[in-house]
Amino acid sequence: MIEFKDVSKTFIAKEGEVDAVKDVNLTIPDGKIYGIVGYSGAGKSTLIRMLNGLEFPTTGSVTINGTEISGLKGSKLRNQRLKIGMIFQHFNLLWSRTVFDNIAFPLEIAKVPKDERKKKVQRLIELVGLTGRENAYPSELSGGQKQRVGVARALANDPEILLSDEATSALDPQTTDEVLDLLLSINKQLNLSVVVITHEMHVIRKICDQVAVLDAGKIVEQGPVLDVFKHPKQPITKRFVNQETGSTSLDDTNVVVSELLEKYPNGVIVKLGFHGDQAQLPIVSSMLRKFPDIDLSIIEGNIHQTQEGALGSLFVQLISDNKESVHGALAYFTTMRVETEVINREQ
Amino acid sequence: MNNNGLSSYFQFKNVDWSNMWGATWETVWMTLVSIIVVAILGALLGLLLFETSNSESIWAKVLNWIVSAFVNIFRSIPFIILIVLLLPATQAMMGTIIGPKAALPSLIISAAPFYARLVEIAFHEIDHGVIEAADSMGATQSQIISKVLLPESMPALVSGLTVTAISLIGYTAMAGAIGAGGLGNLAYLDGFQASNNTITMVATVIIVLIVFICQFAGDLLVKRIDKR
Ligand SMILES: Nc1ncnc2c1ncn2[C@@H]1O[C@H](COP(=O)(O)OP(=O)(O)OP(=O)(O)O)[C@@H](O)[C@H]1O
Ligand SMILES: [Mg+2]
Repeated sequence: MIEFKDVSKTFIAKEGEVDAVKDVNLTIPDGKIYGIVGYSGAGKSTLIRMLNGLEFPTTGSVTINGTEISGLKGSKLRNQRLKIGMIFQHFNLLWSRTVFDNIAFPLEIAKVPKDERKKKVQRLIELVGLTGRENAYPSELSGGQKQRVGVARALANDPEILLSDEATSALDPQTTDEVLDLLLSINKQLNLSVVVITHEMHVIRKICDQVAVLDAGKIVEQGPVLDVFKHPKQPITKRFVNQETGSTSLDDTNVVVSELLEKYPNGVIVKLGFHGDQAQLPIVSSMLRKFPDIDLSIIEGNIHQTQEGALGSLFVQLISDNKESVHGALAYFTTMRVETEVINREQ
Repeated sequence: MNNNGLSSYFQFKNVDWSNMWGATWETVWMTLVSIIVVAILGALLGLLLFETSNSESIWAKVLNWIVSAFVNIFRSIPFIILIVLLLPATQAMMGTIIGPKAALPSLIISAAPFYARLVEIAFHEIDHGVIEAADSMGATQSQIISKVLLPESMPALVSGLTVTAISLIGYTAMAGAIGAGGLGNLAYLDGFQASNNTITMVATVIIVLIVFICQFAGDLLVKRIDKR
C-alpha cells in the first residue's frame, strides 16, 4: 500500500517559488492500477517521482508498505529503488546497448549473477513480446517496441510497484493501446501495483481501477474509475471525462436538443446512462414493445469499455400523446437500473 | 648541393632513411604515450568537472572552480611557451630536457586539459533521462559512470580523442624543433638547418600520413561504436 500524507513540494526556481504539489493525501491499494490524471504542469511527475526518491517532499511523508521513502538515503534508498520499476515517456533506453543488454541493465545493477541474468532476460523478452529482437539496438526499434523494452527493464528486478510517467504519450493511438494492454496483462499476471500518470482520460478508462484528478498540485477528485466517469463532480473532471466519452462536445448535443424541442413540442428528452451488463441488454426495444404508443428518436449515444465493464450514455426523445406512457417508460428504465435524466420536459 | 628550385624537394638520395624511420618512430612513440596518458587524465578531469558541475554542495562548487581554472589556464598557454616554462620541471621529472621522453610532460600537460573539456561536454550531451532511469533503478554513482556515462558518450570520447591526438602530433613536431626528437626535430636540424629540402619534404609527408591514418582510424572506430 502506498500512502501520501499531507505531501507538499515547493521548488525554488529562478522566477520564485513553485508549489508543484499541495497537501496531497492519497492511499493507493496493492495489486491495482491507479491512475493520476491532470493537465501539463499539474504536478503529476513531481508526485510520482516521490515514490522512488527522485524527488523528496518539502513537507509530509510518502510511505510504501510501511517504509517511509521520503526518509531514505544512500544504500537504503537504492535498495528500495530495486523494488520499484519505472517507465518513461521517452523510454530512456541506453542506445549503446542491445534490447537484451538494456533489459539486463537493472539486473547488473542488482548484481544478479550472469547465468541467472540471462534466463531472466529471456523470460522478460517473451513476456513483453519481443522474441527475436534481442540483439537489436534501440535505434532499430519502433516507439512501441522501445516501450516494451522499457516495461521489461522495469520488471527485471521483480518490483512490487510499477510507475508509469506518461508512458504512452509519445505513441500513436494503436501503439498506445498495445502498450496499455501489456500493462494490464502484467498487472493481472504478476499481481503488481501500477501507478499510471497521464493527461489522457483514455488511458485511465482503458486500464485503471481507480483514478485521482490532480489540478494545480491538488487532488480535486478521486474514486473508482466507473464512478468518476458516471458522476464527475468537479468541472475539470467533467472536462476530462467529456474528452474521453467524447459527448461530441456537449454543445453540439445542446443544439440538437433545442432543435428537437422546437420540432416536437410534446416530446420528452431523456439522457439514459448504462453501465455494466445493462449496456448489453435490449432495454430500449423492450420498453418500446411495452409502450407501443411511444415514438422514439435517438439524438446521440456512445459506449465505452472500462476496467469495470461498459459505460454508455444515450440521448433519446420520447414522443407520445399519452403522458402516462412516458411516465411508465421512465419508470421502466429505472426498474431496469438504467439511469434516467430528463433534460427538458414540455409543460 | 642544389638547394634552389622545385627539384630540391626530390633529391631522395640525400635522405638517410634509417634516420627518417627512427624519427618517425619517435614521433609515433611520443604521440602514443602522451595520448594514452591524456586519455586517462583527461577522462578523470572531465568526469570531475561533470560530477561537480551540477552538484549543490559547496565543496563540489569549490572543486569545480579549481579544476576549471586549472584547465582554462593550461589550455590557454601557447605550447611553445609551455615547453620552455616546464623545462625545469621536465629536468626534475625525466632527468633530461632533450629526446622524446623529455617532450612528454609538456605534451600531456597541454593536451589533457583540452581533452578534459571535450569529455565534460560529451557527458553533458548524454540524455539526462537515461541517467535518471539508472538512478531510479538504484544504481550507485560508480555504476552510473561505468555503465551509463562512459558507454553512452563513447563515440564523442573517441572522436574527441582523435582531435586531441592530431593536435598532439603537431605539438610533437614543435617540441622536436627544440630538441625533443622525432620528425619535427629531423625536419628542423637535417632539413632546415642543413638546407636539405628533401628531408623537410619527406618528414612533412610522413607527418601528414600519420595524421590521416589517425583520423581514418578514429572515424572508423566511431562509426563502429555509434549505434544511435
Ligand atoms: N526541478 C524543478 N525546479 C523548479 N520547478 C519545477 C521543477 N520540477 C517541476 N517544476 C515545476 O513544478 C510544476 C509541476 O511540474 P510537473 O513536472 O510535476 O508537472 P506534470 O504534471 O508532470 O506536467 P507534464 O504533464 O507537462 O509532464 C511545474 O510548474 C514545473 O514548472
Ligand atoms: Mg510530467
